[in-house]
Amino acid sequence: MKLKSKHLLGIEDISKEEINLILDTADSMAEISQRDIKKVPTLRGKTVINFFLEPSTRTRSSFEIAEKRLTADSLNFASATSSILKGETLIDTTLNLEAMAPDFIVIRHSEPGSPHMLAKICNSSIINAGDGPHEHPTQALLDAYTIRQKKGKIKGLRVAIIGDITHSRVVRSNIFLLKKMGADVVIAGPSTLMPVEIEKTGVEVRYSTDDAAEGADVIMMLRIQMERQRKGYFPSTREYFSLFGLTEERVRRAKPDVIIMHPGPMNRGVEIASEVADGPYSVILEQVANGVAVRMAVLYLLAGGGKDENAA
Amino acid sequence: MKMLLKNGRVIDPANKIDDTLDIIIEDGKISEIKPRISEKGIETIDLAGLVVAPGFIDMHVHLREPGREDEETIETGTKAAAAGGFTGVACMPNTEPVNDDQAVTEYILSQAKKSAIVNVYPIGCITKAREGEELAQIGDLVESGVVAVSDDGNCVASGLIMRKALEYTKMFGIPIIDHCEDPNLSDGGVMNEGYYSTILGLKGMPFLAEDVMAIRDILLAEMVKGKLHIAHVSTKGCVNMVREAKKRGAHVTCEVTPHHFTLTDAAVMGYDTNTKMNPPLRSEGDRKAVLEGLKDGTIDCIATDHAPHNSIEKNVEFSQAPFGIIGLETAVSLALDRLVHTRIINLSRLVELMSLNPARILNIKKGILSKGEDADITILDIKKTVTVDVKKLKSKSRNTPFNGLKLKGAPVMTIVSGKIVHDSR
Repeated sequence: MKLKSKHLLGIEDISKEEINLILDTADSMAEISQRDIKKVPTLRGKTVINFFLEPSTRTRSSFEIAEKRLTADSLNFASATSSILKGETLIDTTLNLEAMAPDFIVIRHSEPGSPHMLAKICNSSIINAGDGPHEHPTQALLDAYTIRQKKGKIKGLRVAIIGDITHSRVVRSNIFLLKKMGADVVIAGPSTLMPVEIEKTGVEVRYSTDDAAEGADVIMMLRIQMERQRKGYFPSTREYFSLFGLTEERVRRAKPDVIIMHPGPMNRGVEIASEVADGPYSVILEQVANGVAVRMAVLYLLAGGGKDENAA
Repeated sequence: MKMLLKNGRVIDPANKIDDTLDIIIEDGKISEIKPRISEKGIETIDLAGLVVAPGFIDMHVHLREPGREDEETIETGTKAAAAGGFTGVACMPNTEPVNDDQAVTEYILSQAKKSAIVNVYPIGCITKAREGEELAQIGDLVESGVVAVSDDGNCVASGLIMRKALEYTKMFGIPIIDHCEDPNLSDGGVMNEGYYSTILGLKGMPFLAEDVMAIRDILLAEMVKGKLHIAHVSTKGCVNMVREAKKRGAHVTCEVTPHHFTLTDAAVMGYDTNTKMNPPLRSEGDRKAVLEGLKDGTIDCIATDHAPHNSIEKNVEFSQAPFGIIGLETAVSLALDRLVHTRIINLSRLVELMSLNPARILNIKKGILSKGEDADITILDIKKTVTVDVKKLKSKSRNTPFNGLKLKGAPVMTIVSGKIVHDSR
């Protein structure tokens, strides 16, 4: 089986079978990272442009390491050094990059839909590394990979996602993915940070971390941006933590073998207590490690890798 | 110069006519209208199988001249209007400079005299620079020829200024056309707030942003007995409020655009910036309420909000693209296909919506086919199938979400003051 599209724009556009293919491929990629020499020639001669127009530490490093482990040549572009600052449009900048014949463009941008726009004009594979509050597909894939690794399955699990739902790309990709894979998803956060009609995606909506954590197999916390307070979404970070912060006491409402996840960066003492972030249930750093394997799998499969069932 | 239009199905709601009649046009006026006229030696056009209606008027277009002639000019905009079956267009004042000064109105009218092929009716600003703070020199504007005032694109946020504007315009008998949107509630939104904005991650504009301004305007208009016209209604709440206001006898009228009765916010999936307009495409419930309003008479007219933008501006990230689409050349076919052929309204109601009512609202002597009236005529082929092709449009801009759409029914001939300005029979 191969991926149907040459782009990875979002989880919404890919099937359950494709998600399984990526996760299965990530299993073999994870093994490469365990070797003394962490490098295979799979993408030798391929060029990847990491085009990051928004700050990013882990996603960009994760992609770059994944590319290097597959022997791709990679080039990093950041907003501070791009011609976008000189007033060039995103399309023109991208067409200039395209003229240098890359095989992949990994794009992170604050505008929802920007990777979709580029996919219409580019020959290279576009990978969405986060488009505003829309999607962050590789994050959801690495989250799923981590859940599968820890729980052995995704189907039938109760996954609670808690925090700023409105502005989170992680939550959208995770909802699409987890629902496709048969998980029950409950989301929680302040009512001011709950987008309208989100329940139509098939999730349960709660306005309390206590309720959301009840019986959960997985608790995924989301980052709260400090500026949201100034914009009137909630009155103070202190009140936010008391109503929504994940404390040890709240973790006890979940299943005894619950895992705690966070896409990072974390605000300790705002959405998550330090004891929980560093505690025995936390898989936060494993998520980061798994990110490399999942991104290697995505690059490999988009480059045409995967078993061709029609081959003789 | 004399011309005979023969065998057409004449639909003229002002005179309650729906009959096969012949029309003689002489020196730009209708000189005769009755069954079976035979007059030899004059130009005769056989319109058997076609509908003959009083000239359609689009009371809400952006011609972009002066200032943005790269997007549209009075010449190209009126060519598009003629091709779309309109014999007249009222142009909004958000030009550069804005039409808040009689020099701009006079410029528009002088350019129209030179290059327009349909009638052009300028609309002036309600407030200076469309900033919502001080009344524009409305008296001067009326003297120069504006038919209404509007800060379209912006809402007059101050209730006090809106009250003064409604009171002041009463002296001139012109309507205030308001773009109803509470800017605080729409809060930088780029599409309708709902399921689709949620899954697309785009900032939404709630329907309430339109509703609260509409009810404020209606209440103010009722209080001061002013003449209010609500531009491009798009919400169920707004349609309901206009319906109730009319029952109470308020001087409130409203318009709807073809895109709002045709599309919903589901069309934004895929991030095509040609689905970005203000007010935004709304929910299916809102669309159905608009259809109900068209059917029961709550909505007075169909206007396009023709908003040309060049491709450089539209070919950007969704949030950064300007609002608006072109509409002059697709409106009549959309109305025939989506409203008449679906039996939501009949042809006579369509003529009311696109000709008689806009003429009445703007207080211009058009929209009727009586003897002695201007020979402004729109001819329709309701059976003709057309496919929207952006490459063939007369407008300077190409920003339409309807490219490739197949529609049944089309305008095939446009006559302005007795002169054929478009013929695609």
